[in-house]
Amino acid sequence: MKKILILILFILTNTFCVAQTKNTKLPSVNVKSINGKTVNTDTFENEDNPIVISFWATWCKPCAKELNAISEVYDDWQEETGVKVIAVSIDDSRNAAKVAPFANGKDWPFEIYIDANSDLKRALNVNAIPHTFLLNANKEIVWQHTSYLDGDEEELYEEILKL
Amino acid sequence: MKKVLYGLLFCSGPLFCQGIQNGHLSGNFQSNSQLYYEDADLGITSENLPSEKFLINSFANLLYTTSNFSAGMRYEANHNVLLGFDKRYNGEGITYRYTQFNKDGLDITLGNFYEQFGSGMILRAFEERNLGYDNAFDGIRLKYSPFNGVYLKSLIGRQRLYFDKAEGIVRGFDGEISLNESFESLSDIKTQVMIGGSFVSKFQKDLDPIYILPENVASWASRFSIYHGKWIMGAEYVYKYNDPSATNNFIYKEGQALLANLGYSQKGFGFSLAAKRIDNMSFNSDRNLGGQEVSINFLPALTKQHTYALATIYPYGTIANGEMGLQADLNYKIKKGTLLGGKYGIGILANFSNAYSIHKAPINEDTAIGESGTLGYTSDFFKVGDDKYFQEYSLEISKKINRKLKLIGTYLNTHYNSNFIVGYGNYGMIKAGIWILETQYKLKPKHSIRTELQHLKTAQHEGNWAMGLVEYTVSPHYFLAIQNLYNYGNKINKTHYPNISAGYTKNTTRFALGYGKQREGIFCVGGVCRNVPKSNGFSLSITSSF
Repeated sequence: MKKILILILFILTNTFCVAQTKNTKLPSVNVKSINGKTVNTDTFENEDNPIVISFWATWCKPCAKELNAISEVYDDWQEETGVKVIAVSIDDSRNAAKVAPFANGKDWPFEIYIDANSDLKRALNVNAIPHTFLLNANKEIVWQHTSYLDGDEEELYEEILKL
Repeated sequence: MKKVLYGLLFCSGPLFCQGIQNGHLSGNFQSNSQLYYEDADLGITSENLPSEKFLINSFANLLYTTSNFSAGMRYEANHNVLLGFDKRYNGEGITYRYTQFNKDGLDITLGNFYEQFGSGMILRAFEERNLGYDNAFDGIRLKYSPFNGVYLKSLIGRQRLYFDKAEGIVRGFDGEISLNESFESLSDIKTQVMIGGSFVSKFQKDLDPIYILPENVASWASRFSIYHGKWIMGAEYVYKYNDPSATNNFIYKEGQALLANLGYSQKGFGFSLAAKRIDNMSFNSDRNLGGQEVSINFLPALTKQHTYALATIYPYGTIANGEMGLQADLNYKIKKGTLLGGKYGIGILANFSNAYSIHKAPINEDTAIGESGTLGYTSDFFKVGDDKYFQEYSLEISKKINRKLKLIGTYLNTHYNSNFIVGYGNYGMIKAGIWILETQYKLKPKHSIRTELQHLKTAQHEGNWAMGLVEYTVSPHYFLAIQNLYNYGNKINKTHYPNISAGYTKNTTRFALGYGKQREGIFCVGGVCRNVPKSNGFSLSITSSF
């Protein structure tokens, strides 16, 4: 009980300064590119255009559905909004070696990263995948969505158009 | 230790307000609950119904982040845990809390953390919340990058064991160097090379009345990966010094593990091949605990991870005492506009995997293989053992017929040796053939209907199964699904497992309500499995994050 009180106090003491900020910035976390390089999320860049970050895994069917659906309309999206999609796989060593062949086999035109230790997943409070984030030009999270139903990419696109 | 940590947390609060204006609080929440009923068909009577009737697992994470500092905690409340989870998860408490800061390139974590060295075969702490698996460390971790492309990690701590901690202390060090990042002259060449190595040691007091056990058990690993254009190649080798434990029946043999991968991919085509050999590689924070409790390392199952209901009935789990196996995976897209591909192309996924025992020979004439207190056995590294544990091949073909209709057909052929794989008991080699047809149909914009027809044929264990599912979704908020699994080939009890579920999602908040019957079985995610008993009842799941 005492522990909980202390933690609540801690949170309260911070609430004031928390309240001053608006959108969450993308946290700074290391992930791996599919050619093995360590990449910090700070270096995610799209020249002041919006970025979509989508969490997926090779075994997750709705994730593949979502990325397939976006892949089909990606050319149009890019032309109209300049958006860039970054697909972050949370596959562990059971499937990590399959990530590049899987994404290439599907012909996905996205930047792909692997978050093997789930550091980025935890930093962004992702409970389950698919989970998709929309970042504005300042790389602040302006919208996010969990799970995927057929047609959900249209809602995402409406949000991109608002930026 | 705890008091100091909380004190730090508390005092640090107001300081941040002055120094850092960009602090941010975020978090998530999840609860899964179920109301259980008696069921004569399933043989669930008032006696084997949980006395609470209603069970719930829930947790919430809070995370406070600024540019170079973060602190977080998780509160768990399980009153009491759902059937299938270990009863030691009953109760509530703060099971995860940490602070982390970054100063001059040094990244310091105090408290709980998850970590993985290499492929995880030497060290991996992770959580799989839906399986009740969490072996987080509680201790200190340092990460440092002295030069470009050089990454060093070290840690010390004890692992989570339900609401307690394991007895053993784990110490670890890992280094990785990416040659192309470190040496400017190599930065532009096509071939990328990464090499790495780890050292992990655990300490646990020897209180054994019979044996003199090693109190410090060391292990090391080395790995490399090479990327050359469309090719990927990598391997990791782990060696563990003698570590008598409950899992290996207290033998003094060393442990070894090898995992090697080769992959090739280009647009529309991907291929990967993997091989592994595991020998006496269970590595636990507490030598007296078996299986997946407080595992220091993670031994990945090199088999395809399935999601269709009938394809998950016979999942493979790594046999840590010894196995060797192969996996090949092919991903191919027949181009649109070709004769075979038609207007939209065809997707093909093929997979083959197997696992065998390793060769084992007695150390001498008087000693049985695996006898406690001895060196256990000798093993020829390249020789396959006599027992086949698992084999599977599968083929999945997906074809978009027109703008509205998509079909996915799957065939799987599984050989599952129930005498060795933890799960169902001694039914011998279970051979199953599984057919699945999935259809996806767009009724109108944002309205879709999805169906699954599945059939599993086997002469062993519980016999044949049939399954049907219809799911109606309205993007972006609603889904409704009705399904039935029917174990019509069961000689003792032909059982239906009907289930209806509905859900509502708004941004990051999701509600899912279900009612129906659940089959008994092993449910696996990654390399971790959980036995779930059969049940009948209402379930509610809520998740949210901000």
